[in-house]
Amino acid sequence: MKLSNLLDRPKLVIRSLELAAPAVLVTWWWFASQNSGSPFFPPLSEILSDFRQYWLGERLLSDLLPSLKRMLGGFLLASLLGSTVGLLLGLSASLRHILDPLVTFLRSIPAAALIPMAIVALGLGDTMKISVVAFVCVWPVLLNAMDAVDDRDPEMVATSCAYRIGRIRAFWHITLPGAAPRISSGMRTSLSLAIAVTLISEMVASTNGVGAFTIRAQRQFDSAAMWSAIILLGLLGYVLNLAYSALERLVLRWHFESKEVA
Amino acid sequence: MSALLSVENLSKIYDVRDGAVTALEDVSFEVLKGEFLCVVGPSGCGKTTLLRCISGLLAPSGGVARLNGKVVTEPAESVGVVFQDYRGSLYPWMTVGDNVALPLKARRLSREAIRSRVSEALTSVGLVDVSSRRPYQLSGGMQQRVAIARAVAYRPAIMLMDEPFASVDAQTRIGLEDLIKDMCQNLAITVLFVTHDIDEAVYLGDRVVVLSASPTSVRQVVDVNLPRPRDQLRTKGLPEFTRIREVVYRLVRGQFDTDEAQNAQRS
Repeated sequence: MKLSNLLDRPKLVIRSLELAAPAVLVTWWWFASQNSGSPFFPPLSEILSDFRQYWLGERLLSDLLPSLKRMLGGFLLASLLGSTVGLLLGLSASLRHILDPLVTFLRSIPAAALIPMAIVALGLGDTMKISVVAFVCVWPVLLNAMDAVDDRDPEMVATSCAYRIGRIRAFWHITLPGAAPRISSGMRTSLSLAIAVTLISEMVASTNGVGAFTIRAQRQFDSAAMWSAIILLGLLGYVLNLAYSALERLVLRWHFESKEVA
Repeated sequence: MSALLSVENLSKIYDVRDGAVTALEDVSFEVLKGEFLCVVGPSGCGKTTLLRCISGLLAPSGGVARLNGKVVTEPAESVGVVFQDYRGSLYPWMTVGDNVALPLKARRLSREAIRSRVSEALTSVGLVDVSSRRPYQLSGGMQQRVAIARAVAYRPAIMLMDEPFASVDAQTRIGLEDLIKDMCQNLAITVLFVTHDIDEAVYLGDRVVVLSASPTSVRQVVDVNLPRPRDQLRTKGLPEFTRIREVVYRLVRGQFDTDEAQNAQRS
């Protein structure tokens, strides 16, 4: 096949470049670092062998699993809380006005500033970490849920009133599903926040978890182990995002299908 | 015939930042049982506001709407509403069947009754085998038929329609006009039909209420004594149709004063 023919099929070209780009990068890294004597940039071969030893072996249950538990625990708690409170605030304009300064203040607090306070209040355990993750992750979900209800189609509301759907039924059958796409994009933002905040909380106050592992490796000048954790986190973010997208497409099929039609 | 719905000196004033906007000044008319009453008016004359006040979605500033003699204060169980924008009024996360069924579920009808009413209503608007589809999988005209089916399944004493065919193309519109005309005649449904299209109002209506420009009041109620069954070509070709259309047109454009219009109607 001639190159010009190949370029006529942009989808195929983009697909292959999509796969080629990381492959090129990894190959370059492999050869560039092959004979590296730098303590900070060990050969990729060493990093990958550490990766296999730790993350496909001993550290899977002792560190990765606790991190996942904290991350997903905080994320799910935030999603539940954020969507509930957000929907209620969306439904009541006066409540929204009353709580607006408070919400703006609370969501402006950086996660790192919260951790010392959380340690004092909740100790060093998982409760503290899950709470901090949830506190940070709750805002994107809450604000999206609130705005989604606030901006909903007036005709949609008029229809539910005209047909006397009733408050509770309208909440479950109209308000919630109508806000679901926006809530879901808020949750997507929160998912990446959850990874970051879990890491920080583990670096500050933990004996296990990927964050604790990373900071320990750094203190012991074990850069290969540290790099292996960094790669793990990148992969974890990638896989979680992919899984989230698949789930979103399944649950909100109507949303994606109706967008395609429009 | 008795009045099923009577609108008495209805007014609606919206408060805005600096002052107030009078959307409806003083609107009075009656809808008789079994009749097809059309309301036309120049654009921006508050047709939608009028319909929302009548359906109990919006509280009027003055005057009342009475349904069977009872003052309307909230959406009534005996009223079915069809809105202009079917995209907003049909829920895309539900199937077509569930959209039609939702108001019936809220009424706590039995599962069996709901199922038979939904399929009956969908059949009456000429839609079969779409019950499990989603609204966005249907054409605009079909979606509006689903919205009509939802109103029909509700078995209302009166159906309020707010420019229901304004968002579909001309061909589809003609089909929908005939559908609603025949269906309401067959099922003996009373209709209050708001439109900005004069031809549509004259073609469908037993009477046409012409509203004035804002601040809105009723300019005139025009009788449409065209024979039924009506037909897009034959009825619209009648000299009487042309005459009534001209009367309504001039009233809408404000080219007549009311006395002249009455004379024109008599001649």
